[in-house]
Amino acid sequence: MKNDIDVDITIPSHTRFLRIIGKIGEKVAEEINCPAELRAALPGHLAVVLTEGLVNAIKHANSAEPTKDIHVRINFSHKDLVVRIYDNGIGFDLDAVPEPSFNSHEMDDKGRGIFILRSLMDTVKYVRSDGENVLEMKKRIG
Amino acid sequence: MEFKTECSGAVTVLFVKEDRLDANNSEELKVEMRRIFDSGVKDLVIDLKEVLFIDSSGLGVLVSGYKNASILHGSLKLSNLQSQVKSMFELTRLQRVFDIFITVDDALQSYT
Repeated sequence: MKNDIDVDITIPSHTRFLRIIGKIGEKVAEEINCPAELRAALPGHLAVVLTEGLVNAIKHANSAEPTKDIHVRINFSHKDLVVRIYDNGIGFDLDAVPEPSFNSHEMDDKGRGIFILRSLMDTVKYVRSDGENVLEMKKRIG
Repeated sequence: MEFKTECSGAVTVLFVKEDRLDANNSEELKVEMRRIFDSGVKDLVIDLKEVLFIDSSGLGVLVSGYKNASILHGSLKLSNLQSQVKSMFELTRLQRVFDIFITVDDALQSYT
């Protein structure tokens, strides 16, 4: 049975919409045919990935133009889950984001978002494409 | 964000009465923790029983509270972590930093 999913969402650039995007992520993940060991965790993982990605776009990438919407696309096809979050901001250098300190004496309040994305997804890229920025995250399911 | 606060001796318990602790509301928890520490409290238990979802902003606010408690030579302990919250602590290795208890009573017991 074909089990492809393609969800396209346009959402205002404000953190009050995090709940909605998280819930959509959970529901999409529940429809994905995935191995038993991942089934219970995937809805929570996708909710976190979408939340962190959206916050990144709102706070860092789209901050100069908060009235602009953010475009989110979730695609699942041939066992590949791809999440793309598009923004029109000034962007940032993903490779320049350091890994957070795990030492209790040196730990910072901030800086865990990208680490979480990299931990939950197989690849995380932030590229400029067709005049906008795209945070692209992929994970092989099964 | 809704809270409930209870005192048990010198320890204050802050119950977070929200199902999400994220970038949209975590700053309110930061303000509430600061208010509690400013009132002279040094030992704080934060109960997360009702929190079903946490993101990096929520984690960051708890780290901020932990550091503030340490500066005061006090403590910030956590209780009742639900499954998604627990997995985020494990993912970010913060479960090694915080004292985490199954129940509020267990957390309070650790002070006796």
